[in-house]
Amino acid sequence: MPITVTGERGALTAALSGEIDHHGAKAMMNELGELIARRLPRHLVLDLSGVTFMDSSGIAVLLRALREMNRLGGSLRVTSIPAQARRVLDAAGVGRLITLD
Amino acid sequence: MKLELLDQATIVFSSRSANEGFARAAAACFAARLDPTLDELADVKTAVSEAVTNAIVHAYPDRLGKVTMRLRLYAGNILEVQIKDAGVGIPDVEKAREPLYTTGNEERSGMGFTIMESFMDSLKVRSAVGKGTAVTMRKRFARRTGAAG
Repeated sequence: MPITVTGERGALTAALSGEIDHHGAKAMMNELGELIARRLPRHLVLDLSGVTFMDSSGIAVLLRALREMNRLGGSLRVTSIPAQARRVLDAAGVGRLITLD
Repeated sequence: MKLELLDQATIVFSSRSANEGFARAAAACFAARLDPTLDELADVKTAVSEAVTNAIVHAYPDRLGKVTMRLRLYAGNILEVQIKDAGVGIPDVEKAREPLYTTGNEERSGMGFTIMESFMDSLKVRSAVGKGTAVTMRKRFARRTGAAG
């Protein structure tokens, strides 16, 4: 799956890429879940700059990552959000739950 | 209001999740003749993705079925997309349209209808339990130089 990880345990950045729809969401969720469980980051940054399309399945991916970071007592931030993904997140009011840069 | 139908195309595909991307691309391709902005095109792709995903996930929970996408172009730069299935149907459409409501698992966010509503100008949902569901959405595109219709 197209996830690129950089950074240290303190602050991990995971760059997601490609189209995030229902077809690919489950694999991406699982990969992110494994990453969080393995690296136990205190702060996780999801970089969406490489995401070419996202629908509400992407929201489920972000919410799952949020739940897992909350469980660890860590924080989650979403950055470099392309215009189309931003409109989806805004329409769903995700900014009330997750820090969107 | 009676709209003047200028053109239409219908595509039938199996309820496999790989067809979500196909349906988005096909709808965008049909809409391209309206000379849409990138934002308008992204709106259509997003709404189609939500409607088709609903059909794939909810209409046919334990079998493959057919999903029909009908694309229509009306005078006045209006695009209509109808996504129809012959699946289980929705017992309570009003409830299904509420934000965050989902009968799906954690891969679903319950925001599909909310996104369709905010990205298109109108959304109509007809459903009968045991017979299927039809979601019809319309969007008027800004008139730009050289646009057909």
